[in-house]
Amino acid sequence: MQISLHPRYVRICHWVNALAIFLMVTSGWRIYNASPIFNFLFPKSITIGGWLGGGILWHFAAMWMLVINALIYLMVNILSGRMQSKFLPLYPKQLFTDLRNALLLKLQHSDITHYNAVQKAAYLSVMLGIFIAIISGLAVWKSVQFPLLRELMGGYDNARVVHFFAMTFIVSFVMIHLLMVALVPATLKTMLFSRKQVIQQGADK
Amino acid sequence: MSKRSPNDLIDTKYLIKQVEKELESSSRRLFGKQILSLGSLSLLSGCALTDGDSAEKMLVSVSRWNDRVQAFLFDPNKLAPTYPESMITKPFPFNAYYGEDEIRDVDGTRYKLELGGLIRERKPWTLSQLAMLPQTSQVTRHICVEGWSAIGKWGGVRFSDFLKMVGADTTAKYVGFKCADDYYTSIDMPTALHQQTLLTLTFADRILPREYGFPMKLRIPTKLGFKNPKHITEIYVTNDYPGGYWEDQGYNWFGGA
Ligand code: HEM
Repeated sequence: MQISLHPRYVRICHWVNALAIFLMVTSGWRIYNASPIFNFLFPKSITIGGWLGGGILWHFAAMWMLVINALIYLMVNILSGRMQSKFLPLYPKQLFTDLRNALLLKLQHSDITHYNAVQKAAYLSVMLGIFIAIISGLAVWKSVQFPLLRELMGGYDNARVVHFFAMTFIVSFVMIHLLMVALVPATLKTMLFSRKQVIQQGADK
Repeated sequence: MSKRSPNDLIDTKYLIKQVEKELESSSRRLFGKQILSLGSLSLLSGCALTDGDSAEKMLVSVSRWNDRVQAFLFDPNKLAPTYPESMITKPFPFNAYYGEDEIRDVDGTRYKLELGGLIRERKPWTLSQLAMLPQTSQVTRHICVEGWSAIGKWGGVRFSDFLKMVGADTTAKYVGFKCADDYYTSIDMPTALHQQTLLTLTFADRILPREYGFPMKLRIPTKLGFKNPKHITEIYVTNDYPGGYWEDQGYNWFGGA
């Protein structure tokens, strides 16, 4: 059987993205703490930057990493046809069956080269979540220079709220994502190594 | 015992913010050492994840790059949104690098605005001379780097008119400000010439109150709050990067909105 694992660019983009998201989220929490939207703060120990200015420096440096990496991933993924073949089609009916099976811990993971409907939906929606985080972030950062974006987000103050919930969605995804990887650790190998390496490692055992 | 004023009841958000500010000023002093304070994470690994110095250098150079990106994005003809007076935020928040009990008192009768650098007519201006210039006003949103925003009405002299009148070299790169409260900052020339940038003498149709920068502040609705200096005593035009109070500690210099 021909195993087609993750191409190298997917593996690189994935880990660059993971680092960028980590920096964006933890520095974002630091920025949030300077003027909280809700009645709570993030514990300082899980934020980076030390103070507001430091948090902002990290946030506006890591944003380039996040955006450039996302553009490369999307471009290659779409142009190569991988996006189509890996994430589509996605039918609601299949999503519900897979979701029910997943919750009953009955979902088959025999073929890890294929994403099930729950995975497809989760990955596509986190891509959308990152996209919304980026455009709402742009609306907050440049509310005067991007009036259309600002109005789309319901004004400056509301753009902050949208940005916050995009973060919340991404963080929720990551937590479930990590749980899933812990449950099916074989997938981690495929995201780290090439097919050759994975087969070699398998043979070594 | 002091009685609680209605303001105390507004929300706990305000309290949280004040506490946070206290903590903030102490950690600011540790900037550099703390820039990658991953807290417990770096404790776990037993060593700093990144050498503080080189991380800081990298971050500062990206911040300079972000200055250039913002200068590129800045459209001199794009206006900050204006609002009806009914939307003005009351009470309008006070904010400075010091507390409300340390606001500087400036004597308006003896006040002089000094001009310096690449300006042809450098004679100082008194408050009444400034008040005699054509005035305009606008209701705009003040956006703070901390994230909050508030709408207010500011009135005064269009800064571009003033700069042209005193013969400022408008091809120079920067306009710098020195203030009576020892604050200082600087802005790019295109923003200085933006039609909504005002030498502000009034707030809410009254003489600028001391907490908002009496006798004169610069109001720039296309920039964040810390780029709007209060109690200005000197304006100078230069090609040498003048920095700023917050900017020298790490805030992004362009600070555009
Ligand atoms: C250290 C944390 C992370 C680990 C260990 C991890 C692990 C993995 C693994 C093993 C896969 C492959 C799943 C499979 O082949 O069935 C995967 C795919 C994926 N992960 Fe992560 N991940 C992490 C962080 C993130 C973050 C922060 C995001 C985004 C917010 C993310 C988004 C994705 C996406 C979109 C895919 C599908 C990529 C594709 O096939 O093109 N991951 N991850």
